[in-house]
Amino acid sequence: MKQLDKEDIKTYWEGFTGGDWQDEINVRDFIQHNLTQYDGDESFLAGPTEATTVLNNQVLNLKKQEREAGGVLDADNKVVATVTSHAAGYLNKDLETIVGLQTDKPLKRAFMPFGGIRMAEDALEAYGYKADPEMHKIFTAYHKTHNQGVFDVYTPDMRKARHYKIVTGLPDAYARGRIVADFPRIAIYGIDKLMAEKAKDFANIGDGEMTDDIIKLREQVSDQYRALNDMKKMAASYGFDISKPATNAQEAIQWIYFGYLAAIKTQNGAAMSVGRIDTTIDAFIERDIKRGLLTEEKAQEFIDHLVMKLRMVRFIRTEDYNSLFSGDPIWATLSLGGMGLDGRHHITKTAFRFLKTLENMGAAPEPNITLLWSERLPEGFKRYATEVSISSSTIQYENDDLMRTEWGTDYYGIACCVSAQPIKDGVQFFGARANLAKAILYAINGGMDEIGETQVGPETEPIDSDVIDYNEFMKKFDVQAGWLADVYVNALNAIHYMHDKYYYEAAQLALKDTHLDYTFATGISGFSHAVDSISAIKYGKVHPIRDEKGVAIDFEVENDDYPRYGNNDDRADDIAKWLIKYFYNKMNTHHLYHGAKLSTSVLTITSNVVYGKNTGTTPNGRQKGEPFSPGANPAYGAEKNGALASLMSTAKIPYHYATDGISNTFGVTPNTLGHDDETRKDTLVNMIDGYMTNNGMHLNINVFNKETLIDAQKHPEEYPTLTVRVSGYCVYFADLTKEQQDDVISRTFFEEM
Amino acid sequence: MKIIDNSNSPLNILDQVGLEPEGPVKGYVHSVESFGSVDGPGIRFVVFLQGCRMRCQYCHNPDTWNIGVGDEMTADELLDDCERYRAFWGKTGGLTCSGGESLVQIDFLLDLFTKAKARGISTCLDTSGNPFTRSEPWFSKFKQLMAVTDISLVDIKHINSAEHKKLTGFGNENILDMVQWMSDNHCDMWIRHVLVPERTDYDNYLSELGTYIQTLHNVQKVEVLPYHTLGVKKYHELGITYPLEGIEPPTAARVKNAEQLLHTADYTGWQSWTPDR
Repeated sequence: MKQLDKEDIKTYWEGFTGGDWQDEINVRDFIQHNLTQYDGDESFLAGPTEATTVLNNQVLNLKKQEREAGGVLDADNKVVATVTSHAAGYLNKDLETIVGLQTDKPLKRAFMPFGGIRMAEDALEAYGYKADPEMHKIFTAYHKTHNQGVFDVYTPDMRKARHYKIVTGLPDAYARGRIVADFPRIAIYGIDKLMAEKAKDFANIGDGEMTDDIIKLREQVSDQYRALNDMKKMAASYGFDISKPATNAQEAIQWIYFGYLAAIKTQNGAAMSVGRIDTTIDAFIERDIKRGLLTEEKAQEFIDHLVMKLRMVRFIRTEDYNSLFSGDPIWATLSLGGMGLDGRHHITKTAFRFLKTLENMGAAPEPNITLLWSERLPEGFKRYATEVSISSSTIQYENDDLMRTEWGTDYYGIACCVSAQPIKDGVQFFGARANLAKAILYAINGGMDEIGETQVGPETEPIDSDVIDYNEFMKKFDVQAGWLADVYVNALNAIHYMHDKYYYEAAQLALKDTHLDYTFATGISGFSHAVDSISAIKYGKVHPIRDEKGVAIDFEVENDDYPRYGNNDDRADDIAKWLIKYFYNKMNTHHLYHGAKLSTSVLTITSNVVYGKNTGTTPNGRQKGEPFSPGANPAYGAEKNGALASLMSTAKIPYHYATDGISNTFGVTPNTLGHDDETRKDTLVNMIDGYMTNNGMHLNINVFNKETLIDAQKHPEEYPTLTVRVSGYCVYFADLTKEQQDDVISRTFFEEM
Repeated sequence: MKIIDNSNSPLNILDQVGLEPEGPVKGYVHSVESFGSVDGPGIRFVVFLQGCRMRCQYCHNPDTWNIGVGDEMTADELLDDCERYRAFWGKTGGLTCSGGESLVQIDFLLDLFTKAKARGISTCLDTSGNPFTRSEPWFSKFKQLMAVTDISLVDIKHINSAEHKKLTGFGNENILDMVQWMSDNHCDMWIRHVLVPERTDYDNYLSELGTYIQTLHNVQKVEVLPYHTLGVKKYHELGITYPLEGIEPPTAARVKNAEQLLHTADYTGWQSWTPDR
């Protein structure tokens, strides 16, 4: 294979400032040397070109047809999706400046059986399609899937925990997702250079020592090498040669997108992040502008067209999946902004351009735009971001100061909805959430599931006193929580082992370093209800009400004024802090796959509705079947001291233990933020600054009136692009299930009185 | 809760709420709100003090009327709580005292604001002016209070005194006197006016109010607050008749009309206002 020689480098990299990045694969160093900070406001931005408007109307129209067709417009049922499985597809070849579709037609969903053939078949059937019988034969008789592998090794306890929903959302039948590939590598280096580097790595793995881990890594790097080659072929089918670095901004964006396209053609992960591409793209745009090759209108058009593509990513899902993660999300999370380790902010004009897409093409849930916020970001950008938040409710804010410090790098991206990941060499093994609210009930009921009335957890003596004794409760909770941590972590060990074996992310991992750091990302649901229940038992007097089988199905609480999480009251908030550390340490006693480092999260996406549905009445007064509060939000109705008190409680949860994310979804009416636009922006900027200064990690901001949502539920056709932020992502309100719409409507909206 | 009719209480009702206190002055607090963003400049911690003698027909906090009840708190207790939110205040936010009617508890208010300023917290007084009097010792206390108040939100309920009495139970002479004093002494203020159909939404009164405000100094902002019905529920809970039953919020056109008659666009000082720290 031909490597770039010195002459080649000169031609491709001319106009960039050199550095270590020229001698090794190092995107961060490229950014460090080629960053053009922008401190101004949004006035330089350009509106949509005619081509953008035409294409966007086409996409909106397709989206409408898709909704009318019941959610899926078209689906493949026999071509197994690979990087090269489909011929080139276009929206409108003459107008698109950035091209590439997952399949051969827009919004046509690919057939992805490697996670599990039954899941793939059920997903098709849910929308009236049928998988080709030949596929069934291949993926049962000849080729094993990830799902088969996992169920081959699950223990009875794991199956039970899964069945009774004390652990929910395990990625044992679809892709685990959550890998942020270093897509800018393609634009800066071209595929040939990346292949050459992988070949070098391969030669150096193990030095002939064929132990399990070395065999595994050699096989994986071989897969990566092939995936890189496939990317070249796929790009060639669109008429592009990506073997060499991009020569201009349009190519850079196209090259990056081809990398992303390879990822979404092969994996249907529960988060297919775009990562952090704004500063790299900006460097190419700046170079073209300096060379007189590019206008602002054209630069904006490229960004608009890239974002349009990200809005068109689709996976076909089963009904079960949709009830967990409603609204067809794919979490094409796009991280913007942040600060550099050297103290320079990373706000470029391109960060503005990405936000401008929401104005140029209207609000949309994808990409999942995430601002890496620091108090030190320039004021002009902060104000523009909050303006976009107020008009579209599509942005989430994450604490860059916290993440940069914790992860030790300024080149990280948001891997899922909320969690950070070093882009160069970090990978996350994620899966599911442990239902701590249910664990509380198991402690009271001696391990008996309160819904299934079956022994699920370890059998202990149920608490049979009239008033629950705090010390007795805590001892029994320790037994159940310990068991839950054990079952959960080990189910994930099995899942990630099998995922690596049967559904390895060769394309994404080809775009990262060969030697990686792994985190083992767990999650917690029912957090606020668990905290308030413990507080009720500790500070109030909780009388269980039992059914004829002795299972506590309801609770009466004397002294109902016990402290509740969400009021900046240390008595309750200390329980919250304790619970996170406690459960983290419980999980951390176990072996973790691939020597990964444990992390956890308090974020639920929309799964708070399903978790709540499967959990009985909790001592804090939450009724059986009622949704949990989302993420780390306080329980509905618990907040008595206003929005900031509520935010302060969440901000106290120690990020160091929950590095996978602590999500807060904040709903507010426009008039509560202020009576005019400028005041509203000021209020939001100050609010986010304050939250982050107090170590708050994540904030979804929704700005609208409850009446709007109620009306949108009744007349969805009048609100086709109304978007709302739910824990960790963004959805079209009309695409939520009725139950989830009700949940969003009933959530705490901070209103002026 | 039983609503006490304290509309006829003499001003010396203040004696009952600790004019000559032993130990630190305590305030009667109805509630606090950590996130006030329409209660003065910036994001503010709002303390709702208990007690008001006026009985405004549209009052949305009738549960704050009774004097001499509520949570007893010292200034330092409140300020310790308040200060936990400092990071949210930016350049302009801080503490706002509302009510009830804050000036009913002027001794406590003076203590609170004096200590707030000492801690570097910006102070904002939200008042209807109803307790204002030039009699001593009250007036001296008020003057001291103004020295530690960064800005005041003055709610002029009605420009016509007879109408004011109908609407609130009291005339407005002493209120306009207070506003005049504040204007003469260059106290920064926002003027706010609740627009209620069939009560305040008349062009002649609005014009009169608009002309009056034009004579004042140091008005940073003039706001028309459209009447809303969010308070009705509280009346039903308290078992008292809601005087504005059947009156709907004003239309957007009427709000705009009121804004024009009050020349709200002319008052732009608030945009660059910062507290004196």
